[in-house]
Amino acid sequence: MSGVRVLVGTRKGAFVLTSDGKREAWEINGPYFAGWEIYHLKGSPADPDRLYASQSTGWFGQLIQRSDDGGTTWEPVGNQFNYAGVPGTHQWYDGTPHPWEFARVWHLEPSLSDPDTVLAGVEDAALFRSSDGGRNWQELPGLRGHDTGPAWQPGAGGMCLHTIIVDPSDAERIFVAISAAGVFRTDDGGGTWRPVNRGLSSEGIPDPDADVGHCVHRLAMHPSRPEVLYMQKHWGVLRSDNAGESWEKVSGDLPTDFGFAIDVHAHEPETVYVVPIKSDSEHFPPEGKLRVYRSRTGGNEWEALGAGLPQKDCYVDVLRDAMAVDSLDSCGVYFGTTGGQVYASADAGDSWAPIVRDLPAVLSVEVQTLQ
Amino acid sequence: MIRVVLPAHLRTLAHLEGEVEIEVTGSPTQRSLIDALEARYPVLRGTIRDPVSQKRRAFVRFFACENDLSHDLPDSPLPEAVVTGAEPFYVIGAMAGG
Repeated sequence: MSGVRVLVGTRKGAFVLTSDGKREAWEINGPYFAGWEIYHLKGSPADPDRLYASQSTGWFGQLIQRSDDGGTTWEPVGNQFNYAGVPGTHQWYDGTPHPWEFARVWHLEPSLSDPDTVLAGVEDAALFRSSDGGRNWQELPGLRGHDTGPAWQPGAGGMCLHTIIVDPSDAERIFVAISAAGVFRTDDGGGTWRPVNRGLSSEGIPDPDADVGHCVHRLAMHPSRPEVLYMQKHWGVLRSDNAGESWEKVSGDLPTDFGFAIDVHAHEPETVYVVPIKSDSEHFPPEGKLRVYRSRTGGNEWEALGAGLPQKDCYVDVLRDAMAVDSLDSCGVYFGTTGGQVYASADAGDSWAPIVRDLPAVLSVEVQTLQ
Repeated sequence: MIRVVLPAHLRTLAHLEGEVEIEVTGSPTQRSLIDALEARYPVLRGTIRDPVSQKRRAFVRFFACENDLSHDLPDSPLPEAVVTGAEPFYVIGAMAGG
């Protein structure tokens, strides 16, 4: 019997939502780590019972929690994220140098093949790896040590490494995205990195077309076509057909191309989902109508999907890590809001229903398809 | 034995209810007390003090005997009433919302 497990990180704890493959009746478990910020939790593709969670508060710092039974029980593992060598400085909001300081783990990306190996994207931006199930963490210093590192600057949410995508056809190739530096790619397993931001143009930096400095909000890839990437930028929805070597704007007929979340249909690599947000100063849907937009053409042509979603007086946001898809035959699409709702569509976005309405503000949503 | 009162989040992490009694060898100081606390409850490492600098986290405070000891030097002796167990040593999450 197939089923899905939805992993939800919120401002005040984690929740695990489960259903069978019909995705109609849901069991809600949680809060786990009640009162703590759970920026992200994610399951291992190699062992779906192995989950990792990032637990933090401004008071007591960072913990990594691990579950070996699909989220029923958890064990705190490692919490030491020490930058390699002398941390140096990056740009502060006012352009002055500011020391690199660890704040929290934004994103955990378990290995596609080894449950004990997991990458962590952190604030201030850096990439760490654990090869022992999250107990010990080592920085991959080639990224932060890139020549452009001193010029990286924080976005409004901090200088975070929020997206990690490992190429499923080549484990040596990894993409990361940093606010506000941009996209970086390694082809040697994380030893050396280079920015891949050609085609991006951003207001608010001295050279709008610079190699780095872009506030990339999120990347998405379909595993069958790892050379194709989709991006939701601070402003702009873009795609690359050459593994980030160049980017083309595909915002097309979206009502606004500001937003945070973006994802790709599990079985249709040209079907892409975004949630347009009104503007960089008004983080809520246009006209108070919560609508997912779907393109079946890899961008440019978009259709609004609002059936089952609030179509008036809705002023929530959907954050960058808060959208995911399952891989059942009829692709399920899921997203969470800052208002605490988690919505699901079992028909690829045609219709939506809330799984749960009143959680704390949702920071992240991940989905495991269980066989 | 030194009595330590932890904030709710740290009690949950360490699976504790109420205050905890910690034995400190030698002349007890903030540093030796937190060292002993972390040795007994390793999950607390990094939650009270920064794991690299070993400095008290900015939003954590230390109170005892109706005094704020947060800015005492780490190797200052603890108050006698704390050392004898007459008064607890409080680890507090700073009152800053949440």
